[in-house]
Amino acid sequence: MNLSITITKKEIKSYFNSPAAYIVLVIFLLLSGWFFASPLFINNQANLRTLFGIIPLLYLFFVPAITMSLLSREKNTGTMELLATLPIKDSEIIMGKFWASVSLIGVGLLFTLVHFITIVLLGTNIDFGAIFCGYIGLLFLGAVYSAIGIFASSITSNQIVSLIISFFIIFFFFIIKFFLFFVPDFLVGIFQYLSIDYHFSNIIRGVIDTRNIIYFVSLIVLFLKLAQTSLENRNWK
Amino acid sequence: MIRLQNLTKDYGSLCAVGHVNFEINEGEILGFLGPNGAGKTTTLRMITCFLSPTSGNIEVENMNIYNEQLEIKKLIGYLPEHNPLYIDMTVYDYLKFIADIRGISNFKSRMKEIIEQCGLNGIVHKPINTLSKGYKQRVGFAQAILHDPKILILDEPTSGLDPNQIVEIRELIKELGKEKTLIISSHILQEVQAVCSRIIIINEGKIVADGSTEELQSAFQNKTKLILELIAPENEISEISNNIKEITILSISPLNEITFNIEIEFDSANDKRAEIYNFIRSKDWILLEMHRESISLEAVFRNLTIEGGER
Repeated sequence: MNLSITITKKEIKSYFNSPAAYIVLVIFLLLSGWFFASPLFINNQANLRTLFGIIPLLYLFFVPAITMSLLSREKNTGTMELLATLPIKDSEIIMGKFWASVSLIGVGLLFTLVHFITIVLLGTNIDFGAIFCGYIGLLFLGAVYSAIGIFASSITSNQIVSLIISFFIIFFFFIIKFFLFFVPDFLVGIFQYLSIDYHFSNIIRGVIDTRNIIYFVSLIVLFLKLAQTSLENRNWK
Repeated sequence: MIRLQNLTKDYGSLCAVGHVNFEINEGEILGFLGPNGAGKTTTLRMITCFLSPTSGNIEVENMNIYNEQLEIKKLIGYLPEHNPLYIDMTVYDYLKFIADIRGISNFKSRMKEIIEQCGLNGIVHKPINTLSKGYKQRVGFAQAILHDPKILILDEPTSGLDPNQIVEIRELIKELGKEKTLIISSHILQEVQAVCSRIIIINEGKIVADGSTEELQSAFQNKTKLILELIAPENEISEISNNIKEITILSISPLNEITFNIEIEFDSANDKRAEIYNFIRSKDWILLEMHRESISLEAVFRNLTIEGGER
């Protein structure tokens, strides 16, 4: 699996070689910072609830933007042919791209630790466990969205199309919870289980349940497998 | 050795490559020739495991493309058509990336050899998108030969280059061909003629000719065309064909008032050049020039790929 690390390194370099990654990061941090800071003194609570509430929404735009080019650009510029004829497995290509996206999200989250320091300095009685769980949850959420984004990127050679597709898939998982009122009673359980927000809100409460982890991991595996199948289909039909 | 057996590739109802069979032996330099859209790139993509055949089989060094793709990919160096590169990387980063994936351990010393061989001096730390097309092509070559592959596959390696760059690239190809099995696809004949020992011509997905350069030429050269430049009285020139049997004058065209350009044709098996010369001498005409026009591969190619492909 160390070949996927080579791909990851290449993608991270290419992120930071272009202004796009900086722009996306700066916007992400500005928005999350503003949403965190403005109600901080009104709420007068030393926790990161507002941050954990807003970041999933920001992800909706942020993650498709960083995953859209990962495979579609390779297809568009023809470098996919180069990559596919090198002795590397499709699964390693996909995993490499996945870790690159997760790493960039990790960098974004790392910067939000500024807010954590703020509340440590200002507040008392801080629930470190809940904050730790919150970050784990955000990382998992970012990973799920990355997997979706990579799948979207694998099915088209057009970055904009890839962006739109991943946005809508993520949006679907994001808004399922609002449909709960409209679905028949016997389906509520299933819809609730599908809702990303249901699992995420469990985690930020400070409870890391295996059910939630299984949900996240299975979504990641599902979309990465789909992406791999889509690559194989194009190369090897 | 590469063996293609009954190789077929369909894109929907379009048959890009149909029932192609051939073998390439170790050390051969094969020119893979055909007009645009003949199926050259598709065939090469199947050998490099980028596309899979609809049916048929390819074996590389007795390994099968269905089961041992990774091993085959390790043996092959491939320069795809249009030479795709990661243009935002520097040349060094790009080659380092390829080397990492290929698992090349002695990268530093190998890099030195490659810089020397491909003439990359002075551009190693430049971003690829700032390079000229010729240099980009060299980077593509460097990528293909970085792991010192046994088999090198070049898809239209000189397309889009200027004549000087073409000569440079050809020199590079010749150099590489000394020790490797080489497949070069092209639609340009001189290129293939210049470097290849064997030529396969493909048209509409089917092989229409296979042989050495000389074989292909001689197969089509049953008539010899002779071109004369002659100072002679115009009305007497046609006497040549009256006095010598089995030749035909194809055309007589005046170059100026006294000089004429004459084209004569006869069977290659029956050389008439001496007789023609003797006749001209007996008439006291002045022969300025006489040369045979050999049928070029160009003509062979046109015959095979335009006029129905009959052989």
